[in-house]
Amino acid sequence: MSLALAVRKSWFEATARARVAGLLDAGSFHEILPPAVSQPSPHLAQLELPGAFDDGVIAGSGRLAGKPIFAIAQEGQFMGGAVGEIHGAKIVGLLRRAAQEKPAAVLFLIDSGGVRLHEANAGLIAISEIMRAVLDARAAGVPVIALVGGSCGAFGGMGIVAKLCSAILISEEGRLALSGPEVIETVAGVEEFDSKDRALVWRVTGGKHRYLMGDCAMLVEDDIAAFRSGATEFLSGWGEPAPSIAHLRASQQALEKRLAAYATYRDGLQVWAALGVAEPENVPMLDRDSLVAVKEGLPT
Amino acid sequence: MSLNDILDSLFPAGHTVNVENKVISGVATTAQGTVAVLGTTDAAAIDHAMALALAGFILDTVEQHPGRPLVFLVDTSGQALSRSQELLCLNGSLAHLAQCVDLARRQGHASLSLVTANAVSGGFLSFGLMADRAYALADAQVRVMDLRAMARVTKIAHERLVELAATSPTFAPGAENYLRMGGIEAIWPAPSAALLAAALATVSQARAAGDQRMQCGLARSGRRLAAAVVNSVCHSAV
Repeated sequence: MSLALAVRKSWFEATARARVAGLLDAGSFHEILPPAVSQPSPHLAQLELPGAFDDGVIAGSGRLAGKPIFAIAQEGQFMGGAVGEIHGAKIVGLLRRAAQEKPAAVLFLIDSGGVRLHEANAGLIAISEIMRAVLDARAAGVPVIALVGGSCGAFGGMGIVAKLCSAILISEEGRLALSGPEVIETVAGVEEFDSKDRALVWRVTGGKHRYLMGDCAMLVEDDIAAFRSGATEFLSGWGEPAPSIAHLRASQQALEKRLAAYATYRDGLQVWAALGVAEPENVPMLDRDSLVAVKEGLPT
Repeated sequence: MSLNDILDSLFPAGHTVNVENKVISGVATTAQGTVAVLGTTDAAAIDHAMALALAGFILDTVEQHPGRPLVFLVDTSGQALSRSQELLCLNGSLAHLAQCVDLARRQGHASLSLVTANAVSGGFLSFGLMADRAYALADAQVRVMDLRAMARVTKIAHERLVELAATSPTFAPGAENYLRMGGIEAIWPAPSAALLAAALATVSQARAAGDQRMQCGLARSGRRLAAAVVNSVCHSAV
């Protein structure tokens, strides 16, 4: 899976449109409500802030390895990918359509800090609607796969949404959490969480940590082609299970066990050691393939 | 108002409710029969332990009492703000809780939530907003962030936000704004067994109709765009 640097296209640095174009089969993406037939957020205009005709999210249909899929891609470079009224409604609309039309999957390219504060109430309710729409699509048998590797990660309500998806594919650069480190530092103090300590932030919220703990199903390189092959591989081996109490009971037990074991830890290094990683201090330096080998060698 | 006063007003025919670590769980008698009562109190900042306690109680109810309605009492200041909580993927435990509420709905349990004091962000998303319908007491605080903090983060003058909040329900805190946006079905002047009975009587229809908050926000002129956008996305050619 190692890729020549010359052909590597960073997912982290790409725009949402470039990610979608490189993720799906070439030329197969058809955007629904493209910028030409959309309107920017009037709520931002009222605050004299610049809008975007796509309101920071792209939605449409296309193909992945020949299979019909739907795709949603948040643009982290517009308002931090945050969810406002129109942005949220585009996502809800496509998820509801997926539950009806049953594509092979919905690929959800999350790159968002959560609720757009300028439209806070609209954004919070929209995220709640997205949560229910993800679960409705899944209950209709449509897998919803979250792809996380953008500059804004998946935070706030979008961190919850990511964990409601069938699975998360994440890159080392990807981050997944609820509150941002800056928020925790502001409220609880720098001793609690130093948001400027980049290495610490990655050991607590980063892709390697989430993958080692099992919160993300796959770790992929920061490369658009790697996300494409990862999503293709994941979907070829995945059948969406019907919602069941047995499944949630199993999750409940696993979460309770994990909390009991690790509740006092404050650094990824402690968790990795407890998971059985032989040299936890080396984890940040390992490349993707080596880290996957470490994870696959862990006692279960 | 104390939790006991709220419980006595909502369930004069009787309630057996336990509070541990700010998590409420128990049963009560209503005009529609026995309901499960659960939620949080004292402006709980939801952490893993609270989310899992609530989720476990929902799963017990679904397994042992098929069809029993769920009444959520919401008083949360949001999510716990701590590094150790984030280390163990707090968004994952909140998602698990939300998924348990959703499963209960699919298994035929009607649900409603009542915001008794505070409903903020992640704490509200994980269970209160997952119920078939949400209600709020008149003096409840519902918000993502208060206006002063919002002014600081968005770098928009506080006076300007206050001015805009007078005409727009889109961003400013308040149960009334959530009512107009369709996130809250109705505001109750006080906790009342009669209002609860009336709400429980219609909540099954709400469950059957699916998520109607967008239409509700449109009808109340609070959220004018979302429903049309969803309609366009669902019906445009691909």
